[in-house]
Amino acid sequence: MIAALAFYLFAAILIASAVMVVTARNPVHSVLFLILAFFNAAALFLIAGAEFLAMTLVIVYVGAVAVLFLFVVMMLDIDFARLREGFQRYAPVGAVIGGILFLELLLVVGSWSFADQAEDLRLAPITGDVTNAQALGRVIYTDYVYLFQTAGLILLVAMIGAIVLTHRQRPGTRRQNIAAQVNRSGSVLLEKVPSGAGIATLGIRRPPEPEAEKPKVTHEAGHGHGGHH
Amino acid sequence: MTQPLLADYFPILVFLVIAGGIAAAMVGGSLLVARQKPNPEKLSAYECGFEPFDDTRRRFDVRFYLVAILFIIFDLEVAFLFPWAVSLGGIGWFGFLSMVAFLGVLTVGFVYEWRKGALDWE
Amino acid sequence: MSWTLALPELVLACSGLVLLLAGVIPKQETFFPITMGAIGALLVTAVLVLGQGEGTALGGHYVADAFSGFMKILALGAAALGLLLSIDFNEKEGLGRFEFPVLVLFASLGAMVMISANDLMALYLGLELLSLPLYVIAAFNRDNARSSEAGLKYFVLGALASGLLLYGTTLVYGFAGTTNFDRLADAFSAAQGVSAGVIVGVVFVIAGLAFKVSAVPFHMWTPDVYEGAPTPVTAYFASAPKVAAIALLTRVLLGPFGDLAAQWQQVILLISFGSMILGSFAAIGQINLKRLMAYSSIGHVGYALMGLAVGSDTGLRGLLFYMAIYVFMNVGAFAVLVAMRRQGRAVEQVEDLAGLARTDLGMALWMAAFMFSMAGIPPLAGFFSKLYVFLAAVQGGFWTLAVVGVLTSVVSAYYYLRVVKVMFFDQPAGALDRAPASLTIVMAGTGLFTLLFGLFPAPLLAAAQAAAAALLG
Repeated sequence: MIAALAFYLFAAILIASAVMVVTARNPVHSVLFLILAFFNAAALFLIAGAEFLAMTLVIVYVGAVAVLFLFVVMMLDIDFARLREGFQRYAPVGAVIGGILFLELLLVVGSWSFADQAEDLRLAPITGDVTNAQALGRVIYTDYVYLFQTAGLILLVAMIGAIVLTHRQRPGTRRQNIAAQVNRSGSVLLEKVPSGAGIATLGIRRPPEPEAEKPKVTHEAGHGHGGHH
Repeated sequence: MTQPLLADYFPILVFLVIAGGIAAAMVGGSLLVARQKPNPEKLSAYECGFEPFDDTRRRFDVRFYLVAILFIIFDLEVAFLFPWAVSLGGIGWFGFLSMVAFLGVLTVGFVYEWRKGALDWE
Repeated sequence: MSWTLALPELVLACSGLVLLLAGVIPKQETFFPITMGAIGALLVTAVLVLGQGEGTALGGHYVADAFSGFMKILALGAAALGLLLSIDFNEKEGLGRFEFPVLVLFASLGAMVMISANDLMALYLGLELLSLPLYVIAAFNRDNARSSEAGLKYFVLGALASGLLLYGTTLVYGFAGTTNFDRLADAFSAAQGVSAGVIVGVVFVIAGLAFKVSAVPFHMWTPDVYEGAPTPVTAYFASAPKVAAIALLTRVLLGPFGDLAAQWQQVILLISFGSMILGSFAAIGQINLKRLMAYSSIGHVGYALMGLAVGSDTGLRGLLFYMAIYVFMNVGAFAVLVAMRRQGRAVEQVEDLAGLARTDLGMALWMAAFMFSMAGIPPLAGFFSKLYVFLAAVQGGFWTLAVVGVLTSVVSAYYYLRVVKVMFFDQPAGALDRAPASLTIVMAGTGLFTLLFGLFPAPLLAAAQAAAAALLG
């Protein structure tokens, strides 16, 4: 009973937040509703017994993808008014396509049948005594090794692609050189100090006062947010 | 509550319901009970005591995006590590080496991005 | 676990990793040596494919047979030729970064995974491994708005196609409870009439793959992406990914979905008709050569799919034969496009070829050979490829298909011959720069193949026959 109730609760919130993703005026709100939708989808996975999938959805989608979406939304200089205009114009087309897909889905559900030996064809049925993650782990790395390694290569290509498309060597900028920093000598004086002796009595020189930094002209400096250049 | 799996998560559901209830009660209570006399000063965003200089929605540098997408990739890699860790006992050396190869591929990617300077901020 | 069967893929993947490291570790730019290394790796892999055994491996996700061997060698050869085209172009356009050959290499690996897929999941992963590098290299000239637009457009529509494909896959999986091709075939042959849901699933899978081969009605992205992407990238787009996607489409439809032939045949027929007609008529008004080649490639896919629509042994042979010849003609024509530069700047309009016969007769002759061949004029290679698919259509009783094919060939001959006319009879628009040696070699190699193919068609025909027999069993 509670499971059914929870299902309807999460499903309702999921659909409502999905609608809000599309209709929210502010793209940042859209992304926040998307996060809500992900959480509810994770809850639905949980109810369906897919524990690992639910956790992955939270870790990967909420934790990483949604953050990326927020970056993208903020990175693009979106003119919200013009965005709405496009939405008004394309809404009928989108509605028609969505309607067709929905009808197809109804058709599919309405006339669904299983292959006669679908039960026997199951490749890796989960036995009841292990957790989701364990059941997955037993097959991913051995039976599905080919797909697993291909997935690894896809991740590698994604990495290369992201760097190829966005990374650029800016001339005239100073990079951090850790080796040089560590090797730096002369600016820090190390002296052996016997316990109980004051600095003045030992005559330890203070390092020369650094030149007072000129106050930053840009008003950015006072703020924690935004890009530093 | 027939499935044992769901029984494990029942406390979380209870927690969510209670948390939602308390949050709703607090917001609703202050809406209903408290006296409300808004004025422009009260409604303006509080930011370190002085007026915001400009719109907070400014453009982010594309480098944030690069960091985020590299994070996603390693995040996905970690997602593959969980089932591996819990089932390592049953999958033997082959399963172990399979993950080593997977991590090896991504280490090549890591060396690549390190050498390219994609992890430096300048 | 028989790793040895997948040795070509393993070698290609490892050499990709090694080349990536070899490219990034030295301080200076390593574009040229890495490109050479990638070409070498592709050729070594092709040799390994030649010596590959047959059978399934890796948990039934991987299959190797004469069909996969034929298609893999085509895809690898096209990738190697595409890289050869890119060397000079990329250096002149300031795109000489070593990631380019590495990405092409991984895309070729994705093509091999697709061709050897024996499971719906392997199919999807191969498709993604092929597509992801393609999105990146389409936008490789990232400071150029059109190249970025091409990459973005390709990516967004490609993601949509992947979504359709996955949706179809889930429907099929829901019906059969398995994703393995052999077991799917069992499930479909045993089933007493399948439900509408499975048909929808199969159609979605076809739609996702039709997007990759840019067949009508999933062709919208093709002209823009072909025009915006750097020219060697376009040359690659028009060859290897198409070979892989056609191979996959053929394997999926004739293998697991073989018993649903009555259902998917109409879809493929429609796609074939649409592609032939659009490819021939839409190209007429084009003044940009890359857009023209885009529509031409849509048309060629239509002819090739004719063989699949027929579904018979001869049809399949015609399809394989068509793809092989198409790849060579296409790479040759793109070699000419890549070589088109005037005072160091790349040009790509049809008028830029004006009077080429008087300034650079060699290049004009090669281009004329490719154009005549694409138009299907005997005795060039393109004539034979069309002949075999038309013959198969006639033998299978698909008269309308054959008639439409011949008529659209005649229409498309108009714009191919217009290029020839511009080159030989128009006033010169100023000499083009001399083509670099690497491009001349590609032009001459593919040109000789196109010209002399009619004398020795037997080996390719035999290989195509063996490959078709392997798939139909």
